Amino acid sequence: MIVYFLRRLALTVPTFVALMFVTFVAIRLVPGDPVEVRVGEHGISPERLAYFRHQLGLDLPVWRQFLDYCWRLLHGDFGVSLSTNQKVLTEFLTLFPATIELSVCAMLFAVAIGVPAGAVAAVKRGSVYDQALMTVSLFGYSMPIFWWGLLLIMFVSVKLEWLPVSGRIDLIAYYFDQPTGFMLIDTLLSGQSGAFLDAVRHLILPAIVLGTVPLGVIARMTRSSMLEVLSEDYVRTARAKGLSPFRVIGVHALRNALLPVVTVIGLMVSSLLAGAVLTETIFSWPGVGHWLIESISRRDYPALQGGVMLVSTVVIGVNLVVDLVYGAINPRIRHGR
Amino acid sequence: MAADVALPAVTSEEAAEVLGQPTPLSAFWAAFRENHGAVFGLSVISTIALIAIFANFIAPHSPIEQFRDAVRAPPIWDAGGTWRFVLGTDGDGHDTLSRLIYGARVSLFIGLSVMSVSFVIGVVLGLLAASVGSLVDVVITRVMDLIMAVPSLVMAILVVAVLGPSLANTIVAVTIVYLPRYVRLVRASALGELTKDYVTAARVAGVGPLRLMVSTVLPNCLAPLIVQAALGVSDAILEAAGLGFLGLGAQAPTPEWGTMLADSREFIRSDPWIVALPGLAILIAVVAINLTGDGMRDAFDPRMRRT
Amino acid sequence: MKSVVFASLGLAALLAGMPAASAKTLVYCSEGSPENFTPAINTTGTTFDAARPVYDRLTEFKRGTTEVVPGLAESWNVADGGKTITFHLRKGVKFHGVKDFTPTRDFNADDVLFSIDRQWKEDNPYHNVSGGKYDYFSDMDMPDSLESVTKTDDYTVVVKLKEANTPILANFAMDFMAIGSAEYADFLLKKGTPEQFDQVPVGTGPFYFVAYQKDSVIRFKKNPDHNFGEKALVDDLVFAITPDDTARYAKLKAGECHVNGYPRPADVAEMEKDSSLKVVHEPGLNIAYWAFNMTKPPFDNKDVRMALSMAIDRDAIIKDVYLGAGEKAKTLIPPTMWSYDDKIVDLSYDPEKAKAMLAAAGVKTPLDIDLWYQPVQRPYNPNGKRIGEMMQADLAKIGVNAKLVTFEWGEYRKRLQNAEDDTGQMGWTGDNGDPDNFFFLLGCPDGKPAGNNIPKWCNAEFNDLLAKARAIPDQAERAKLYARMQEIEHDEQPELLIAHSIVYEAMRANVEGYKQSPLGTHAFQGVDVK
Repeated sequence: MIVYFLRRLALTVPTFVALMFVTFVAIRLVPGDPVEVRVGEHGISPERLAYFRHQLGLDLPVWRQFLDYCWRLLHGDFGVSLSTNQKVLTEFLTLFPATIELSVCAMLFAVAIGVPAGAVAAVKRGSVYDQALMTVSLFGYSMPIFWWGLLLIMFVSVKLEWLPVSGRIDLIAYYFDQPTGFMLIDTLLSGQSGAFLDAVRHLILPAIVLGTVPLGVIARMTRSSMLEVLSEDYVRTARAKGLSPFRVIGVHALRNALLPVVTVIGLMVSSLLAGAVLTETIFSWPGVGHWLIESISRRDYPALQGGVMLVSTVVIGVNLVVDLVYGAINPRIRHGR
Repeated sequence: MAADVALPAVTSEEAAEVLGQPTPLSAFWAAFRENHGAVFGLSVISTIALIAIFANFIAPHSPIEQFRDAVRAPPIWDAGGTWRFVLGTDGDGHDTLSRLIYGARVSLFIGLSVMSVSFVIGVVLGLLAASVGSLVDVVITRVMDLIMAVPSLVMAILVVAVLGPSLANTIVAVTIVYLPRYVRLVRASALGELTKDYVTAARVAGVGPLRLMVSTVLPNCLAPLIVQAALGVSDAILEAAGLGFLGLGAQAPTPEWGTMLADSREFIRSDPWIVALPGLAILIAVVAINLTGDGMRDAFDPRMRRT
Repeated sequence: MKSVVFASLGLAALLAGMPAASAKTLVYCSEGSPENFTPAINTTGTTFDAARPVYDRLTEFKRGTTEVVPGLAESWNVADGGKTITFHLRKGVKFHGVKDFTPTRDFNADDVLFSIDRQWKEDNPYHNVSGGKYDYFSDMDMPDSLESVTKTDDYTVVVKLKEANTPILANFAMDFMAIGSAEYADFLLKKGTPEQFDQVPVGTGPFYFVAYQKDSVIRFKKNPDHNFGEKALVDDLVFAITPDDTARYAKLKAGECHVNGYPRPADVAEMEKDSSLKVVHEPGLNIAYWAFNMTKPPFDNKDVRMALSMAIDRDAIIKDVYLGAGEKAKTLIPPTMWSYDDKIVDLSYDPEKAKAMLAAAGVKTPLDIDLWYQPVQRPYNPNGKRIGEMMQADLAKIGVNAKLVTFEWGEYRKRLQNAEDDTGQMGWTGDNGDPDNFFFLLGCPDGKPAGNNIPKWCNAEFNDLLAKARAIPDQAERAKLYARMQEIEHDEQPELLIAHSIVYEAMRANVEGYKQSPLGTHAFQGVDVK
């Protein structure tokens, strides 16, 4: 097990090095000088241009810049944003809880609806319900979520005025410290009545939008995985023994059917983060996806570079954990490959 | 956002089983035809393809002509709608219907280009990784892992930030993002095939490595690859539309659906139709392609067929 | 069944739960996160807006105007032919306290010197803190204008200038001249965290800073000790950071914010119909123009410039590109600025006459020219490319083939300043509301066109008047000179003035006392919510 763990960990090292290289080269290839692109009509004097280029290390030979870049990354220094002069890592850490909160809630939404719906569809295979669910799930994972988000805002928030349009909390009514950055937790800690519910109200629409594609995928996965389990011998045996259908399906079959689903959920972290970019843009959600897009429009290349690096690190980390957990559950994986 | 995980791996044995039958194509078609949803999807996507091909003849107006006398005209079913602009016009006075029709061309073009380029590169890299082995394999696999580690849209954004937003660069960006799926699929199936007896037999018979890979191994990996390619078209369309929505895809006045949506976003309150229609077009196209792709997968997969 | 009932009750509670507000709060839906809270190291309006509640300046712009009035300086006198300005500072002004810092003394001359020296003197310990970029300080030519800044006592600061320069009084009212606390700066330096100076601001302004969460919210509270100028009328001031236009509108409509600084022009018509909202607008302090490069024939010919200008249908551009949020420009400065000369008769759109003039000037058609368009959106130019395309179509009608050319923005600006173009779009956003801040664009110091002089136009009379107006303290006298300069420019047509953008702001109907600023800034002292 430890050998497997170490080997798996070692495998991420080259990926990481390559990632450093790619982010470095990418930013180098961006047309225009990173300093000059941000200057307005006033222009900039050659001396000051030289000064800022020096500050960013742009006057060093390229190989030196790359080594410096790697060295700083290895020390946890992801650079300094051009527009705010804040450490990229600091900015990332302040915004990341909002993204996690949104993604986790989206996933909860997808699992809470997708798993039971998929399981029932498998049991009632071929029924109208099954067909309807498959159609809905098809639309779910085919959905252009940016459009879906706009439609929901339009109808639920603007026309019907049921839910707030954007933001994480009603700023007029509530004010409290945010020790964790997770609004749901902070509202509870604040002890202000109604704050938690208000935070939930703000989360509903973005979570639905971000959860739509995973919902479609999970419902289908659960259904097909369940179908497979239901056809296996031990389920038939259990049925034949006269165990109640609920016990057979709910306890034995579903538990086994969920294993691949859980893996899929782990692997969806990457696509969830991609979806978060769009969702956060639509809902002005103060997370990292929105921040990356802003960095592009502000031409804040160090922030973009560091941001991509950090987001990818998170994905690599989560995938590693998923692999390890899976390896722990399933020894065949460990010894294969 | 991609539904890559929706695709349970089809093992090469099963594929070989299918393709090993006397007339694989007709068997496949017979299975496919049974699936009403898939046939429906195929007919929808064929219609869209026809519309795209004959856009010049079908579209009532040029997609980039600005009718300055009829900016933001309402669609026919709204008060004040006219037959001149059946689906109304957008903020620049472009005819929405014509733009949607030409947009089908743009979106399908993106989808098919991404699919074919990544298909070809994926096959080459995948076979290389599987056959040459060791160092080449490690390099290719690591690079693909790297691309997979960056969330798809973030990777595409990075590529576009470097190259600048345009239709061509959208295709490049999305191709890079989806390449790993093809490479990994080909590599895995090829590795599986290489252990089979018939490959060993061919080797013993003196078949050269290139010929072995291309004409012996590759055909037996094709089934899952074709399914991946079909579904890859819809993913590419979605991804490109997402980039367009963020203002990083095809630039106006190119009638790309995602870009159209982004450009008209400001009118969502005053003229919701301008926003609703391009999104609907994306949804219909993607659903149709996914239906077809799912049907193809089921038709290839004998287990699903039996039941 | 029971659980279903509970679930739906829970849902109803979720959907209906709107809590009641307590203290009086004003929420401003801002369009983005500030970069930090020190205006001197920034250039964006978003950041200036976020720092403004906290700080005062020596002079101030009277809210809603570009008029310069006393601020932290109670009064000032100009001596030495305009080369010495003596500021008399206000007494008894208190700085705010923040979590770990409590001020021990009142505002005095040391704070003024510190705030200027940080930007000016490289040996100031804060000069290199937080990036050390002082764009406005150098853009406004402060290093070249200032001879010395000294204090004669705790409440008197003497500014000596290299040359007579009356417009500089307006510079002291600009955001980059915000006065911070020297005591706070020393305290942080000792603590080893000087960056905090720019993250947790301490000033003397009408509000004090409470908290900031990036991309989410900035909170201020009323400063009860603020004892001059306009006071804060609400207890809490909240900036709800909402970058998305649609979301900002929806929040305004739902009452989740009171003021929306940047409504989308497309939404204005609908907002105006809504009785719960108020919309105000005025031309922004900016100008978009199309410059003719006078170093190249045939653009050195006045008649050619006139002809090309008359060929452009600016009304169509304003309607279709500015979507109505623009006003046709007839002089370089917008009508909200003092010295604006309304007597000038604008050029008319007349392609026939343009054609004839072109022929009379001996230009053979088809004439091939390059038309450079701006690659980026600017406050005065919503879409350079689309304007370029429309101009191209208009020019074709008089037999001029315009080729559209552009470069990456930094490159574009540089090449245009080096006069590599034939004709090119450019623009300007005013800084301090003084006409000099616009007219200097066409100046020719030492007989050579400056970099910002895109048409490369040197007119001796215009240039003399520009220098003269700088030395006169009297505003009415200066206005006369500027009026004459507007005439000269109009007659010579070194550039076609396209438009000033129109700036809209929207608010709830119950917001009282809000004044739109021609400078494009947003200020909330003197604003109340009924």
